[in-house]
Amino acid sequence: MTSAQKRRLADVATLALCWGAATGTVLAVLAVMGFLICRGTGTLGMELFFGQVHWRDALTGARPVFDGLWPAFAGTLILVVLSCLMAVPVGIAGGIYLSEYATKRFQSVAGFAVDLMAGIPSIVMGLFGFSMVVVLRNTFAPQAKTCLLLASLCIALLILPYLVRTTQNALSGLPDHLRLLGPSLGFTAWQNTRHVLLPSAGRGILSGVILAMGRAAEDTAVILLTGVVARAFLPRSLWDKFEALPFRIYYLAAEHRSSAELDQAFGTALVLLMLTGALFGTAFFIQRTMEHHWKK
Amino acid sequence: MASEKWIRRLLCAAAMVSTAAAFCILLVLIHLVLPLFTSGGLGTVLSWQWLPFQGQFGILPMVVGSLLLSLGALVAATPLAVGVSCFVQVLAPDKVRGACLAVVHYMTSIPTVIYGFVSVFLLVPLMRQWFDRGTGFSLLTAMIALTLLILPTIVLVFHATLREVDRTARATCAALGFSRPSYIRRVLLPLSRRGLLAAVILGFGRAVGDTLISLMLAGNAPMIPSSALDSIRTLTAHIALVVATDSQSTFYHSVFASGLILFLIMILINLALRRLGSSLAP
Repeated sequence: MTSAQKRRLADVATLALCWGAATGTVLAVLAVMGFLICRGTGTLGMELFFGQVHWRDALTGARPVFDGLWPAFAGTLILVVLSCLMAVPVGIAGGIYLSEYATKRFQSVAGFAVDLMAGIPSIVMGLFGFSMVVVLRNTFAPQAKTCLLLASLCIALLILPYLVRTTQNALSGLPDHLRLLGPSLGFTAWQNTRHVLLPSAGRGILSGVILAMGRAAEDTAVILLTGVVARAFLPRSLWDKFEALPFRIYYLAAEHRSSAELDQAFGTALVLLMLTGALFGTAFFIQRTMEHHWKK
Repeated sequence: MASEKWIRRLLCAAAMVSTAAAFCILLVLIHLVLPLFTSGGLGTVLSWQWLPFQGQFGILPMVVGSLLLSLGALVAATPLAVGVSCFVQVLAPDKVRGACLAVVHYMTSIPTVIYGFVSVFLLVPLMRQWFDRGTGFSLLTAMIALTLLILPTIVLVFHATLREVDRTARATCAALGFSRPSYIRRVLLPLSRRGLLAAVILGFGRAVGDTLISLMLAGNAPMIPSSALDSIRTLTAHIALVVATDSQSTFYHSVFASGLILFLIMILINLALRRLGSSLAP
């Protein structure tokens, strides 16, 4: 083979790899979604959510829902809201400090810790929560058990590094003229951050928060060790066990006893996919408009 | 101003919480594993047999399982990711490029449990048919699903590097008369080797840390696999299985040890990434 022929062959191989990889990836994603949509769409409806119970009774908690995903859906919503209540203020404040106030040295140390947090596998985060219960049981609260509050706390720890980093990046990505605007008008550091920088970086921070919500909603490993159960109905307090969508999917995939339950599983999976998809879409849209805003 | 000072302190406290949390988790894990060192239980945990009711708590098969699965997925995902990134940056027509990137971004938001769930009902029956052996829950099945899971991570990180390199090199190489495929092969890829390494390490971290794929698809038998169609158990799945099912506290040492091993792997990965000037967070 001449070298020209070899080069042609290598070129063709490169083209084939690139096109093949891209097509294959897109097809795989379409297969995953198509399969779920195919099997799940038929099950969507009031019955999937509330079973035989009227929706008004289910929403008010007047009657428990036995064969619907409402308790799991509500559990996931409560989980997301609680963990965001804990993580968002701390994460955003931490990100502001790292971007606007911290010394280079602190930035570097804290950056390492935050990256490390982001890399901790969610099961280890769950194990941390679980070991808190073990420690509590052995010391001053022998009746301690895993519960909704503990799960939210662990999920909050899981999403915290993302919030810190996206806030930090959104702020430090702002152009210099904005950073100089406040001080030139006699603003203090905080006034400048509060009235100039934060509003300008708001979209970036907001999309980070929404992505974090998606992560909180989808994570299964953390709640697996911190109090999720297959049947709990609506949690009555923060100290209760709870149900959640991703765990319901995992549980039904392994333990379905009838084809009706399997249909439920497909419906649940589709609902979760739509939920995270909607969150992702919102964040993506916000980011896109932000990029346009600054490129002008 | 007084309020200015307090705001600064408050923000600092928030940053400290985010920083301290990682060390707290590490300390708690070490505290719980420490009894192993003092009681001499270390030998029973770092051994090759998991027969908990006979007092053998070896987690080494799970370490091997985790490494095999992650490396396997990495070997499959890396060429794919390189292909996708180069396609998106160099070869794709303008309209396709945006759509392709959007799909990759979207993949990061698909819940892990969904990948696992779809694989149980789509991939596992196929594997059972194709290989006509075992239950279909195997190392290979989990590897395929995990490949799909870590692919977007590698693509997005690598593509960021590729974009920078492409910006500086494209015009020059076009003027020199490179064809686009040989431009990819001879210029783009060699120049972005560091970025690829960072992306691969990141993908590895994601693969080792994943629980649901291996828990749902790998069969969870605590043994050294002799072929890709054998069942394995990973460290992450081991933690989930022991904590969720057995509640005998004598088993917990092996679980905490598994957690600590995972944490240490993550520290190593972070140090490596730091040397490469990259980070795990977005």
